Amino acid sequence: MSSARDPLHVNGEVLVVKKIGAYRHLTIAASGIAERYRPGTFVAVSIGDLTPRTHLARRSFWITGVRPTGSHGPTIELVVEPRGVGSTWLADRRQGDHLELTGPLGRPFALPKEPVSCLLVGEGYAAGALFPLAERLRARSCTVTMLLGAPDEVHLLGALDARRAARAVSVVTGDGSVGRRGDIAGALPEVMDGIEVVYATGSHGALHAVAAAAEQHGAWSQVAVETPQACGTGLCQGCPLPVVGEDGVARVVRACAEGPVIRGDRVRWADLGVS
Amino acid sequence: MNLGSVTLANPVMTASGCGGTGRELADFDALDAVGAFVTRSITLDPRPGSLPPRVVETPSGLVHTIGLQNPGLDQFLTRELPWLAARRTRTFVSVAGSTLGEYADLGRRLGRSPGVTGIEVNLSEPGDLGLFDTREPFQAARVVQAVRRDLPPGLPVIAKLAPDPTRIVETARAIAEAGADAVVLGNAAPALMPDGRPAGLSGPAIRPLALRCVHDVHAELPDLPLIGTGGITTADDARAFLAAGAFAVQIGTALLHDPTTAARIAAELQGEPT
Ligand SMILES: Cc1cc2nc3c(=O)[nH]c(=O)nc-3n(C[C@H](O)[C@H](O)[C@H](O)COP(=O)(O)OP(=O)(O)OC[C@H]3O[C@@H](n4cnc5c(N)ncnc54)[C@H](O)[C@@H]3O)c2cc1C
Ligand SMILES: Cc1cc2nc3c(=O)[nH]c(=O)nc-3n(C[C@H](O)[C@H](O)[C@H](O)COP(=O)(O)O)c2cc1C
Ligand code: FES
Repeated sequence: MSSARDPLHVNGEVLVVKKIGAYRHLTIAASGIAERYRPGTFVAVSIGDLTPRTHLARRSFWITGVRPTGSHGPTIELVVEPRGVGSTWLADRRQGDHLELTGPLGRPFALPKEPVSCLLVGEGYAAGALFPLAERLRARSCTVTMLLGAPDEVHLLGALDARRAARAVSVVTGDGSVGRRGDIAGALPEVMDGIEVVYATGSHGALHAVAAAAEQHGAWSQVAVETPQACGTGLCQGCPLPVVGEDGVARVVRACAEGPVIRGDRVRWADLGVS
Repeated sequence: MNLGSVTLANPVMTASGCGGTGRELADFDALDAVGAFVTRSITLDPRPGSLPPRVVETPSGLVHTIGLQNPGLDQFLTRELPWLAARRTRTFVSVAGSTLGEYADLGRRLGRSPGVTGIEVNLSEPGDLGLFDTREPFQAARVVQAVRRDLPPGLPVIAKLAPDPTRIVETARAIAEAGADAVVLGNAAPALMPDGRPAGLSGPAIRPLALRCVHDVHAELPDLPLIGTGGITTADDARAFLAAGAFAVQIGTALLHDPTTAARIAAELQGEPT
């Protein structure tokens, strides 16, 4: 029998669609997934018509919020940036539409047992995955600082929410439209003082910078790595993530199953996404 | 449902390389319901697999080059098979090798491992993976003989061919004469990644091709047990393969889309005469 932590394949219903800058924010009734959620997990979504099924690869999205109870039952939230076929299709969903979803998938962020000082670094839409994490860290009496980055204002997610979620917030944008002009790698050195654990979501470049800064400052890092995924459920080995194992041996693991969250010092960054 | 001396609870199997280690399907309560689980292809030595991107979507299909990533036989025997054995999952271990000697080793060692229901011989990967070239029917037959050589007689060997109708009857006949208990038709069709690397095409796009192979082989060799695979996503798709002459089916790509597909199709077919 599957356990209360195992993922589910469900039919969800879109309840609310909101536009937030360049993104669409979807609230979806997805019984079972909300209750099983842990920060850092994601859902795999089927896109397009299902009778017959013509889009066979699934699309992965961070769960950016959950409400286990509400008038529509348990709900999850996603933030979608329309880019290719699948993300554009998902961003175009309307209230009342149905979706096949699988989740929560992947290894979540490891939470500290002690109240430690945490830095949460998020880039673009991926910052959304950090807000439920911040909540759980504060519930454990951890200190939460945030660093948010994006190319410009429309791609900056959660700058207002961050003021509630964190004790201190820094914002960098590529064009300087909000916060300081710059990027995450450049802003990191100023926010690392006294930090014991760094959690990060975003591009490979940002995550690599976080892993390096953490190592330099003797901190732990937990990074949530996005790689192209065909299934998201660990079945196909289509999402190779080059790592160094606990035993020091280099190997290739499945980003969707052994990740997406992984210790930053375990990733072989130079070999990531090379093709 | 009988295959050699083995009885399967129902005619729905998972397809090699699309069911993970088995545990991922079990997380969805979707392993115990299938007639048999087929592992990804296992080689004697570990293989790191191809560089990304490994899977891209194409209309009604997936083009993929996983490069047979697998932990090698030793790790498979210590880290994956015992879990399947403890669960009493009907397990066919898919094998691939670069020499006849490797195939014989794989057969001998798997044959005495508890938890192995049978062996599936992957005869369809193109030569660019460095595997033994089985495009000639007599070479395919030699592989089946090699796997059979030191295998306990009761253990079924099923051999899996690419869905290329051109010489399919000839090849099926050769491997049946070499001792295969059943033939799986087919595999991914030869294709190309957008970046030019050799790859396989799977999913509904190849279903008519696989159906043709089942039809042609069944017409010529009506007594040979056939397992149909290629683009099955619904119970009706499965029925079409059974109607064309297959006695069982395998579900691959559809599992990547919905991990409960095989279990659902098995439940729908249950109770129907086959
Ligand atoms: C764990 C994880 C969480 C993610 N969370 C979000 C999120 O919260 N919001 C958001 O907007 N996007 C997110 N993404 C990226 C999103 O999954 C891709 O942008 C999307 O799959 C691209 O699909 P497409 O059809 O729009 O693009 P296409 O380029 O048409 O995609 C075609 C295929 O490539 C795969 N693919 C291509 N690029 C990516 C990529 N960067 N990551 C994963 N798969 C890819 C798709 O799965 C699909 O199979 C996440 C990715 C992962 C792995
Ligand atoms: C991602 C992926 C990996 C596969 N790996 C293997 C493999 O290791 N060995 C093998 O014999 N076939 C492999 N196959 C082929 C499938 O087992 C199946 O025969 C083929 O995809 C056709 O069926 P389908 O359309 O239902 O997927 C793979 C297919 C896919 C999509
Ligand atoms: S995407 Fe299929 S195993 Fe990770």
